[in-house]
Amino acid sequence: MKKTALTVDDSKTMRDMVSFTLKNAGYEVVEAENGQLGLDQISGASFDVIITDVNMPVMDGITFTREARKRAETKTIPILILTTESGADIKNEGRNAGATGWIVKPFNPEKLLQVVEKVCG
Amino acid sequence: MSDPMEQFKVIFFEECSDLLISLEEGLMQLQAGDCDEEVIHSVFRAVHSIKGGAGAFGFERLVAFAHIQETLLDDIRSGALEMEQAYLKVLLQAFDILSELIGAAQLGKEVDEDFGADVAKAMKAILDQTGVPLAEQADKKSAITPAPDTATIEKNERLFKISFKPYAELFQRANEPILLIRELKGLGKLNVKLDVSDMPDIEEMEAEHAYFSWDFNLITEYDEAAILEVFEFVEDDCDLEVTDLGLYLSPDAFVEDAQAGLFEDIEDEQNVSASIKKPPKSVKSGEVVVSQSIRVELDKVDRLVNMVGELVITQAMLREQGSELLVEQYPNLVHGIEELSRHIRDLQDSVMAIRAQPVKSVFSRMPRLVRELTAALDKKARLVMTGEDTEVDKTVTERIGDPLMHMIRNSVDHGLEMPEDRVNAGKNEEGTINLSAFHRGGRIFIEIEDDGAGINRSVVLQKAIANGVVSPDANLSDDEINNLIFMPGFSTAEQVTNVSGRGVGMDVVRKNIQGLGGRISISSEPGKGSKFTMSLPLTLAVMDGMVVNIGREKYVLPLVNIIQSLRPAEKDVNFLPDGRKVMMFRGEYILLVPLYELYHIDDAVQNPCAGLVVVVEGDGGVLMGFIVDDLVNQQQVVIKSLESNYALVEGVSGATILGNGRVSLIVDISTIQDMSANQLMKFQSASPETKMVSPQAQISAEIH
Repeated sequence: MKKTALTVDDSKTMRDMVSFTLKNAGYEVVEAENGQLGLDQISGASFDVIITDVNMPVMDGITFTREARKRAETKTIPILILTTESGADIKNEGRNAGATGWIVKPFNPEKLLQVVEKVCG
Repeated sequence: MSDPMEQFKVIFFEECSDLLISLEEGLMQLQAGDCDEEVIHSVFRAVHSIKGGAGAFGFERLVAFAHIQETLLDDIRSGALEMEQAYLKVLLQAFDILSELIGAAQLGKEVDEDFGADVAKAMKAILDQTGVPLAEQADKKSAITPAPDTATIEKNERLFKISFKPYAELFQRANEPILLIRELKGLGKLNVKLDVSDMPDIEEMEAEHAYFSWDFNLITEYDEAAILEVFEFVEDDCDLEVTDLGLYLSPDAFVEDAQAGLFEDIEDEQNVSASIKKPPKSVKSGEVVVSQSIRVELDKVDRLVNMVGELVITQAMLREQGSELLVEQYPNLVHGIEELSRHIRDLQDSVMAIRAQPVKSVFSRMPRLVRELTAALDKKARLVMTGEDTEVDKTVTERIGDPLMHMIRNSVDHGLEMPEDRVNAGKNEEGTINLSAFHRGGRIFIEIEDDGAGINRSVVLQKAIANGVVSPDANLSDDEINNLIFMPGFSTAEQVTNVSGRGVGMDVVRKNIQGLGGRISISSEPGKGSKFTMSLPLTLAVMDGMVVNIGREKYVLPLVNIIQSLRPAEKDVNFLPDGRKVMMFRGEYILLVPLYELYHIDDAVQNPCAGLVVVVEGDGGVLMGFIVDDLVNQQQVVIKSLESNYALVEGVSGATILGNGRVSLIVDISTIQDMSANQLMKFQSASPETKMVSPQAQISAEIH
């Protein structure tokens, strides 16, 4: 069965890149523009991996991750955060919120796919 | 466009322009003293997103610059730096540089080595104060951190001993030992030993605790860093020990430890390792929701608009035919036609809404313009924008930009006084320009209002007389004098500044606005300022018109210009010495325009007291009375360009097809106004033997 990914990013460019890369690799991809809309997508759905940006309006990626970890649907689903900051701060923040891992921007499609496969097989 | 990266680039640049708009808006709000946290966040996010995208496409200049900008904003955001006006100035300059860099990247242009260097330096100087060193492109470095499969391959295989004991947190973050073990296996030859000794009795077992630990022996060509990268995401959620046991020499060395405990092959591991079972999945494939909007080529939309236009015409025809049917005889048919009309109207509104865009995209160019102008002219001005979300037809947003810029330029250059003059006049030294957009009565209005000196009417009048625009003995009202600035070749600035140019201005502005089916007027009060008001149609494809009979022909008058229709009494109509007719209307004489003469219709009613006079409002609020035979009806007409389908005809702004299938021309009120003011004499002196043919008769003749 096709794996389904959720990409949460306010940047259409980023959503498109993530989406294109994963679709090429055989994933179904659902997009959301911010954390709040991401949470809306989660309800009742079943994703195999979630990729979220950190800086977003309405609800940022850290809050989104924390909230998603509380939801039954995504409690044990890998959540990757996209970050331009390679510093330990944001990774720790992400970790504390429950993120599985991170992808440092800018990334190329192979790198993205590699990390996604790392966490969701 | 088959290369996906190229497509992403296009999207990226589209997104950049949105981001620049919100970035500028944010900076403006900050400048206006609104230091709301959310504003700073949104400004930061905009730069951050631009940088992120730019990095993906390798626009290094852009990334480098945005990085400094972002760091500065981040410090402000986090409170490490207190926002100051001086910083804001630098940030605004940085915004301009960033826009330029994006533009250059989009066009694939090279940028000078030192372009923006001064601004970058200024930002760095601010950052230096905080003592936080600027991370030099930290991101870029990490981006090229080699992935395991590309890591440096050592000449010889080495043996690593790895012990790995996950904490419960590892599972809580949805990491999965099996996947790590599988990845490890990808690095070389792996032997796995599972330690289940911590596993309690089943009654004491907690589902969310971690009880297992693993020991691995890995023979690999990769180095330790590659192994650590496998555990990159979990290193803080486990006990991890990687020991380099040196070069791997013989197979014997490897098995040594193997007998020591329970070794299992990785494949068997799957049954036991996951201490938290994932909930069963229930993907319903139909549930996938994708994007909320789609991008459509304009061509496709226009085709749709066109088809709907045709539908409107067909519907009008049906309706006209249907009106002759008896309701008692064909109740369903008549009812159906009514229904159809209503649905088509809704359909049309919906289709037009697709072409509608907020004027924000045009307005957003103005703050920068004002900034540059005030800097160049040593003036102080604040631009206040309202109603940016007001939607207008795309063609309007495309074509309104230049006229708007010209008017803003005029307001700053000619309207606003120098700061010291303003203070002397008892005003705030900073001038205010209000730019607003709003809907009213089915039209969109854009107003530009300044609190400057207002129009100096005596100067305008003198100038107009000197240029021969008006005769010296003309007795003009204040409004009429104000409107002289729309006359061709008019410039009142005492010297031509390099900002507002040579006064090709306002007449061109008016032409542009008229080209969009719009009108412009000015009101001004000396010492208090001026206000330009533009009114534009919501759509350029249809309009509400009044169909009138002139002789055997039907013409359409734009409803928006019509004030009233009446049949004057004989005593209200008078003749001017030059033979033109005037009519008393609301206590004033207004010029009667013989449309039948302008359009050469010989069988029209010529006596206004026998026919009708339609009072219309022309440019600058001038009222005129159009002499027609009678009114037919009021209806929505689809505007067809005469220029592209036939030829430009003076006094006619377009054509439409009426319900009976006949072509009808739409009267262009502002050119009629000019014609009747200037050329009427010519028509009257035209020799009677030259047989003039009305444009409509001519077009009909050529069609049939």
